[in-house]
Amino acid sequence: MDALYRFLSGPLAWVSFVVFIAGSLYRLLSMGFLVRRKEKFIFSVMSWKYSFRSIFHWITPFASVNMRRHPVMTITTFAFHICLFLTPIFLLAHGVLWDDAFNIHLWALPNGLADIMTLVVIAGGVFFLCRRMKLAEVRYLTTLSDYLLLIMVAAPFLTGFIAYHQWIDYRFFMTLHVLTGEIMLMAIPFTRLSHMLFAPFTRAYMGSEFGSVRHARDW
Amino acid sequence: MNTEEWDWETSEKCVAFKDWHQQFEWVEEPYVSPDGEIIAAIVNVGEGEFSICANGNIQESSFEKIWRLRFTPDGRLTALASDAGEWTVTVDGAAWENRFSYVWNPLFSDDGHSIAVSFQQDGQYGMALNDVPWEQTYMNLTDAFLSADGQHTAASVQMIAAGESEIHKFQAGTISAAVNGKAWDRNFVNVWGKAVSHDGARVAAEVRLTLYDYTIAVNGVPWEKTYSSVWEPVFNPLSGKFIAPVRQDGKWMLVEEGQLLWRKPFHQLWHPQFSPDGKNLAAIVATEFGKWSVAINGQAWNIRIGELITDMVFSPDGRKVAVVVKDNERWGIAVQDSVWKNTFDMVWKPVFSPDNTHIAAKVEKDGKYTIVMDDRIWPHTCDAAWDPVFHPEGELLLFRTIEDGVYRRRVIPIRGIWG
Amino acid sequence: MDNMAAKPDETILDEGIEKGAALLTDERIEKTILRVLNTEGGARIKVYVDTCVHCGLCAEACHYYLSHDNDPRFSPAGKVRQTLGEMIARKGKVDREFMKKAAEIAATQCNLCKRCAMYCPFGIDVAYLMSVVRRITHLLGMTPQYIQATAHSHSVSMNQMWVREDEWPDTLQWQEEEARSEMPKLRIPLEKEGADIMYSVIGPEPKFQAQLLYQAAILMNAAGVNWTMPATPGWDNSDMAMFTGDSELMGRIKRQHFETAARLKVKKIVMGECGHAFRSVYDTGNRWLGWKIPPIPIVHAIEFYYDLIKEGRIKIAQKYAEPVTLHDPCNVVRGGGLHEKARYVIRAICDNLIEMHPNREHNYCCCAGGGVINCGPPYKMARINGNRVKAEQLFAVKARGARTLIAPCHNCHSGLEDINHYYGLEMNVKFIGDILYQVMEKPE
Ligand code: SF4
Ligand code: SF4
Repeated sequence: MDALYRFLSGPLAWVSFVVFIAGSLYRLLSMGFLVRRKEKFIFSVMSWKYSFRSIFHWITPFASVNMRRHPVMTITTFAFHICLFLTPIFLLAHGVLWDDAFNIHLWALPNGLADIMTLVVIAGGVFFLCRRMKLAEVRYLTTLSDYLLLIMVAAPFLTGFIAYHQWIDYRFFMTLHVLTGEIMLMAIPFTRLSHMLFAPFTRAYMGSEFGSVRHARDW
Repeated sequence: MNTEEWDWETSEKCVAFKDWHQQFEWVEEPYVSPDGEIIAAIVNVGEGEFSICANGNIQESSFEKIWRLRFTPDGRLTALASDAGEWTVTVDGAAWENRFSYVWNPLFSDDGHSIAVSFQQDGQYGMALNDVPWEQTYMNLTDAFLSADGQHTAASVQMIAAGESEIHKFQAGTISAAVNGKAWDRNFVNVWGKAVSHDGARVAAEVRLTLYDYTIAVNGVPWEKTYSSVWEPVFNPLSGKFIAPVRQDGKWMLVEEGQLLWRKPFHQLWHPQFSPDGKNLAAIVATEFGKWSVAINGQAWNIRIGELITDMVFSPDGRKVAVVVKDNERWGIAVQDSVWKNTFDMVWKPVFSPDNTHIAAKVEKDGKYTIVMDDRIWPHTCDAAWDPVFHPEGELLLFRTIEDGVYRRRVIPIRGIWG
Repeated sequence: MDNMAAKPDETILDEGIEKGAALLTDERIEKTILRVLNTEGGARIKVYVDTCVHCGLCAEACHYYLSHDNDPRFSPAGKVRQTLGEMIARKGKVDREFMKKAAEIAATQCNLCKRCAMYCPFGIDVAYLMSVVRRITHLLGMTPQYIQATAHSHSVSMNQMWVREDEWPDTLQWQEEEARSEMPKLRIPLEKEGADIMYSVIGPEPKFQAQLLYQAAILMNAAGVNWTMPATPGWDNSDMAMFTGDSELMGRIKRQHFETAARLKVKKIVMGECGHAFRSVYDTGNRWLGWKIPPIPIVHAIEFYYDLIKEGRIKIAQKYAEPVTLHDPCNVVRGGGLHEKARYVIRAICDNLIEMHPNREHNYCCCAGGGVINCGPPYKMARINGNRVKAEQLFAVKARGARTLIAPCHNCHSGLEDINHYYGLEMNVKFIGDILYQVMEKPE
C-alpha cells in the first residue's frame, strides 16, 4: 500500500498534471486551428465587449432568464461548481503539496469550511444524480457516461471526506482519494468535463454573435 | 462605336430639361445618348398615355405603357412599349413589326447593331433578335444571353412539363439551353449562365447534373469532371476553350475544360475576365473570408477590401485593371493594386482613356454627382451625370451632366479640367 | 379536426423523404455523414457535442417541447440526441429508418429559431446542429417534398414561387396602374440605376399578395423615396435553399440578389416584412459567399418604417384604434435586434399596444419559420400542435384586450393565421405595413 501511495502521489501525480495541462492545451489549440481552417468567419464576429458581456451574465447567479426559472438548480449548480473548483486548490492539506511540488504558498481554507464545501460538492452530486433520474427531460438525454462522470467527480470528494475524518481505513481511502482525483484531472480534457475548457469560448462566441450581429441579448 | 466622328469641336451644348416638367404630367428619369447629343425620357402625356421626349421633341406615337428606355451603344433610342395589351420594342420611335404578349430584358451587342429581347406569346417563351422571333418557343425561359457580336441568342428553356411538386421528375432533368432558338438535345436539372466561342460555333453554360453535381456543358455536352458548384463560363480567345470558376473542397479555383488553370485556390473567385488581347486573365477573388482582392493571372493583389469589389475593367492595352471597391461603408476605386484616396457615396464603372493613361468615373457624394479622374475630383456638383467618354486621341473628355435643370454636353480638354 | 401529427411516434409520410430514403444504401449514408462531419463541418459541431452536459436546461426554451406536454423528445438537446448525437456516436453507421426520422425531426420539428441558445448555459446552438442534419439529408436526397420543390423553384427562377421572368415586371406594372387610381402620379420605378434604395420582396408577394406591393408603392411615393425595383431575377430575397441545406444554391441566389443591387447602384436594399429572408441576406447567405457583412446594406421594413416616421417623412392621419399586440419574429428580433424599433413604429401608428409575454428576444417562435411551413400540408398539424403554447400566449394577451395581432414577418404571419384559426383565437393578423398604409396621410 505504501509503495502504491508513493507511486500515486509521486510520479502519477506529475503524470496526471501533465496529461491535464497538455491535454487541455491540445484540445483548445486543435479546436482553434479547426476554426481557423473551416470557420474563419467566427473571428469576424468575435468581440471582447460582447464576449465578456455574455460571460459575465452567465457567471452571475440569477442574471439570466433561465437561471431565474430554476432557482434551486441555479443555487446548487453555483455552489457545486464554486466548491468543486476552490476546495481542491485551497485545501490546507493540498497547500502542503503545492508547496512541496511547486514551491508555491497558497492561502488555505480553514478545515471546517473546507469540510462543509466538500459536503456541498457531494450534496450537489446527489442533487444532479436525482435530477438525472427523476426529470424526464434530463433522463432522456442521460447516457451511462453521464453517471460515470458524476461518480468520477464526486469520488475524490467522498474519499477525501472519509479519509479526513479517519472513520475507516484511512490509508485505503487516502490512496483511493489520490487515485480518483488524478483520474478526474486526466479525464477533464477528454470527456464531457471538457465543458470546463470550452465554456468560456462557446459563451464568448454566442455572446459575440448575439451582440455584434444579432443586436440582441443572449441571457 | 466610332467616337472619332462625334462632335468634339463644340465645347458646350445645352438642353433645357427642366422645362419638360411643365409640358408633361410627369417626366421619368432621363437617359443620354453615348455621344451626348440627345437627352430623352419617358413622359406622361395624359391619363394612361405615355410617350418619349428626346431633346424636347415628343415622339409621335404614344403608348399605354413604356418602360426600359435605353440608348444602344450606337446611339439608337429603344424602349419596351405596350398598346391594347400587346408589347413590342420601339427603336427611335418606330415599333417592331412583331407584337408579343410580353417582352422584357433587352440586350444589345457591343456595337449596338443587334437588339435582342425575351418574349412571351400566349404562354410560350422565346427570344427575338432584331425583330425576328425564334421559330421554336418553349414552356419557360430564363437567363437570356446575346453574344457580344450580336449574332447569337441563347437562353435556358424548359423542355418537359413538371408539376411544382413533382420533385423527382424535376431532378431527372427538365431544362436545356436553346441556342438561336434550337434546344440542345440533352436536359439538365438546371442551366444558368452562358458564354459563346468567338466563331459562334460553341455555347457553354453552367449546368447542374444532379442536385449536387455542377459542371460546364459545351453544346450540351458536360465536362467530364463535376464540382460542388460553378460560376458562369468565359471564352478564352487564345486557347479557344472555355474557362470557369469551380468549387471543390470548399474552395474556388479556375479551370479550363476541367484542367486547373490557376494553382492557388481562393475562398471566392468570380467574374473572370480576359484582357482585350486575351493575354491576361483577371478575376475578383476573396483570398480568405471577408478579404477581397483582384487576382491577375492567378496572383492576388496585395490590397484587401472588406466589403465589395465590382465593375472590373481592363485598360485597352490589357495591362491595367481598375475596379470599384467598397470598404468601411465608402465606395472608391482601386487601380493596379492601389486604392484611390477619395471615397464616395457611390462610384460607377471606371473608364480608361484610349492611351491607357487616365481613368475617370462618375461618382456621387451627398446626393450630387460629378466626375473623378485619376483620383482628382472635378469641382462641379451636378444633379445628374453620365459616364465620361474619352476622345480617341485621349486629349479631350466628354462630360454629360444636368446642372440646375439644364442638360449640358461639355467637351473639355483633359489638361484644362483641374487647372 | 384532422390531426395528422398528434403523436411524435407517428412518422408522417412525405414523398420527398420516402423516395429519397428508398434510394439510400448504408454505405452512402455513412459516407455522407462523415463527409459533413469531418470535411465540411468544423469546430462548432465538435465543441457543441462535447460541451453539452446533458443537463436539459434548454428544454423549456423550445415551444415544441412546451406544446407537447414537456415530451423530452421535443427538447432541443433531445432532438440532437435523436439525430446528430447518434450519428456521431455511431460514426455514421445508421440506417435508413433512422435517417427518415432524423430528416423529419430536423426539417419539421425545429424552426431554427435559436431560442434555446439563450437558455443553454453554454450557448450551445442547437439550431445550427439541426441545420447540419438538414445538410446531411439534403446530400442524401431526402428533403421533404414541398420545401424541396421550393428549392427547385429558386434554382430555375431565382425566386420562391416559380414567378416567371415576365410575370414579375408585369405584376409590378399592374400594381402601379392600380395604385394610380389612388395616387395618380405614383410610380414603381423599374431598373432605375442610381436610386437610393432597391426594394426587395419575397416570391409570394407578386404571386398571392400583390396588395403588399401596392401598399409599399404608396408608402414609397408618399414618403418621396428615391427607389427602384429590379425587373430581372434577383428581386426575390427569400431563400429556402438555406433551410434545405443546399448551401451552394443558397449562395447562387444570394449572389444574384446582391449583384442585382450592385448593378442598380443603390446604396441600400430595403426589404419587405420578412424574417427568414432577412436571415438569409443579413447573416447566412452573404457569409457563405465570403462577405462578412452584406455588401450592400440591408434595411428591414421595420427599420425603414422607423426611419420614415422618425424623420417625419410619413405622417399619421389617424392612429389605428383597435388594441394590438406584437409578435416579435425570431429572425429580425433575436436575429436582428429590431424589437424596440418595432415598438416605436407601432406606438406611432396604433393607439394601444398590449405586450404579450414572453416578448422581445424571448418571444416564442411562430413555428412556421426555419422552413417548416414550407414543408407543406403534410406537416401543417405538426406545426399547429407544436405550438399550442403560442395559442396560450395569445389567449392570454387577448384576455387583456388585444384584438389585432401584428406579425412583421411573412412566415410568422402565415403560421399565426393557422394557429389563429385552429385554436379559434379570432384575432386579426396584420403586417405593420397593412396598418401603416391604413393610417398614413396619403398625398393626392
Ligand atoms: S425550435 Fe427553436 S428552441 Fe426549439 S430546438 Fe429548434 S431552435 Fe431550439
Ligand atoms: S442546456 Fe445546453 S448543455 Fe444542457 S442539455 Fe441543452 S444543449 Fe446541452
